[in-house]
Amino acid sequence: MRDNRSTRFAFQLGAVVLALGIATLALLAAGAQPIQAYRNIILGAVGSWDVAANVLVSWVPLLLATSGLLVTFTVGLWNIGIEGQITLGAIFTTWALRSLQSSAMDPALVIILAVLAGMAGGALWAMFAGALKTFGGVNEIFGGLGLNFVATALNLWLIFGPWKRPGVASMSGTLPFERALWMPIAAGSSRLTPMTLIIAVIAILAVYAMIEGTYFGLRLKAVGKNQKSAYILGIPTWQHMMSSFAICGVFAGLAGAVQVTSVYHRLIPSISSGYGYMGLMVAMLVGYKASIAAPVALFFAALNVGSIQLPIVMKLDSSLAGVLQGTLVLFVILGQGARGRLLKKAKVRT
Amino acid sequence: MTDSAILISLAGVLAAAAPVVFAVLGETISERAGVLNLSMNGMILLSAMGSFAVALATKNVFLGFLAGAAIGALISLIVAFASLTLMQSQVAVGFVLALLCRDLSYFLGNPIMGQVAPRISQLPIPGLEGIPILGTLIFRQDMMTYLSFVLVILAWFFIFRTRPGLTLRGIGERPAAAFVRGANVNRLRYVYAMIGGAIAGLAGPIYSLSIKAGWKGTISGLDGIGWIVLSITIFGGWKPFRAALGCYLFAILQWLGLVLQPSLPSVPSQVLQVAPFPLMILTLLFVNIGNAEWVERSLARLPENVRREIAKALRAMNATPPAALGVPFEKE
Repeated sequence: MRDNRSTRFAFQLGAVVLALGIATLALLAAGAQPIQAYRNIILGAVGSWDVAANVLVSWVPLLLATSGLLVTFTVGLWNIGIEGQITLGAIFTTWALRSLQSSAMDPALVIILAVLAGMAGGALWAMFAGALKTFGGVNEIFGGLGLNFVATALNLWLIFGPWKRPGVASMSGTLPFERALWMPIAAGSSRLTPMTLIIAVIAILAVYAMIEGTYFGLRLKAVGKNQKSAYILGIPTWQHMMSSFAICGVFAGLAGAVQVTSVYHRLIPSISSGYGYMGLMVAMLVGYKASIAAPVALFFAALNVGSIQLPIVMKLDSSLAGVLQGTLVLFVILGQGARGRLLKKAKVRT
Repeated sequence: MTDSAILISLAGVLAAAAPVVFAVLGETISERAGVLNLSMNGMILLSAMGSFAVALATKNVFLGFLAGAAIGALISLIVAFASLTLMQSQVAVGFVLALLCRDLSYFLGNPIMGQVAPRISQLPIPGLEGIPILGTLIFRQDMMTYLSFVLVILAWFFIFRTRPGLTLRGIGERPAAAFVRGANVNRLRYVYAMIGGAIAGLAGPIYSLSIKAGWKGTISGLDGIGWIVLSITIFGGWKPFRAALGCYLFAILQWLGLVLQPSLPSVPSQVLQVAPFPLMILTLLFVNIGNAEWVERSLARLPENVRREIAKALRAMNATPPAALGVPFEKE
């Protein structure tokens, strides 16, 4: 067996087939018609302009989270704390909107300031995780998880405490902001905001350019490949890790700001909507490379939005999307390993 | 609160800690062998759902527990295969499985949500249950809680007092040395990963067939426990008794969250329910801070007697992971 494009493609295709196989088995186990379920998912994602617009609405925060994670993965860090960073971004954005909403400022300026506050909030939370790792010796995975739980608790406290709706607080979140403080919605759509699409595209392009085209990106890669030799070559390691955390936090905070200013228009308990964890899956699936992150994130977003139909139409749980995504990533990883082993064997033989 | 009410609550804390004890000790055994199983959160959910489904279908609790252990072993086998045979990152595979198993449990468990399956009940030990204080506290529990006490002692004895336990520590610390001593490193790693997985897999049925009987999907309240298990494993320093201490600490924090609610009306109940999670993970800071370079440097500046005391305290809290945790072993 040779290492070329076609064998790699064969393995990836195999992963897709196997993932579909497992999902089909799960559907059969749940007593459902697989073909009908897949049809419903596809229709639920591209069946009308409105659902297709919803896919784009969910693509934006997912791509923003993935963009940030590609930076932390470049230095070899597992930023599981991204969920909390998205939440903090949303909290800071809500805080800025709340404190500026009754001022005489131009609403457009208020939105911009709120988004900037969200980016700062995400960066702050990410740097906490970085500080725990650098100065506390706490592995970023567990520090990040801890900070995720803290962010959840903080968010719930705000929604049920200081920022609760007049009357009774509820899981439906804070009182929605006035329409003037929403990001402008495209004509003829109920939720799609063109501005956020532009932000997401700029984000992934910026990350790609930074990692592949700048000296800073090269140093990040050096730290990721081999920390010790990077240090010996004069690259200050912890400073680079910290900056990659901060950059990822900026993108995560931006995702949270988008959720508040253009999707929910308020703060809700599950404001991060799992986009952080899903972004980790997308980053793994694209092999930590920015070039194909956008289409893969779009596919994941389509699966998510498409599967919302399942509970309504077929009384199935919408977590089928997660099952498909998870098995796909798992089989791609296993496929990489299997290919590596087969290549090694072939090399020994020749 | 009267004395007996406190005792009964504390007995409840011991029972609530039982699944966490199983999961943490399972993970400890796996990590001692060098296999980090990050899938714990999804694994507990899937084994809780799977064992509930089996117990529901067969009307047999024992088969339910067996299914839970089998699911744990199977998922650990996937982690072991991906990392030991296919040389892929344990963190990546474990994380994917954590999400995948969670979603799988919600999807497959959807049709059986809210149904009633058999469950295990309290099994007071005749003679011993009458002992004042201890009787109420320890001898009026269910089977799995008794087993959780025994498991702590057994795991400690096995790891630190037996020959195979020495080899287990060896393949996690110095696999090359264990190999020249005749240990089949990768085969043993497979075995211990699966044994650890099976033990941890029992945490699921302890929830779904005992202390949180039933399957309620996303509101089962089990999501997140697995991440805590992983951090308690670190807190426990890969030592069974210290790990058990961490489990009971977590259970007490959760209990306090419920008890303190009426006296803290300003704090929303939702916040008190999640508070033990960040608290538990922040204990890791104390466990790890002794490893940080700047601590050593600033200690060096202190006067000798103060320095020695602080260093001693840090060392007591400190936990060092098995040296070859997550590192693949290939013979040269």
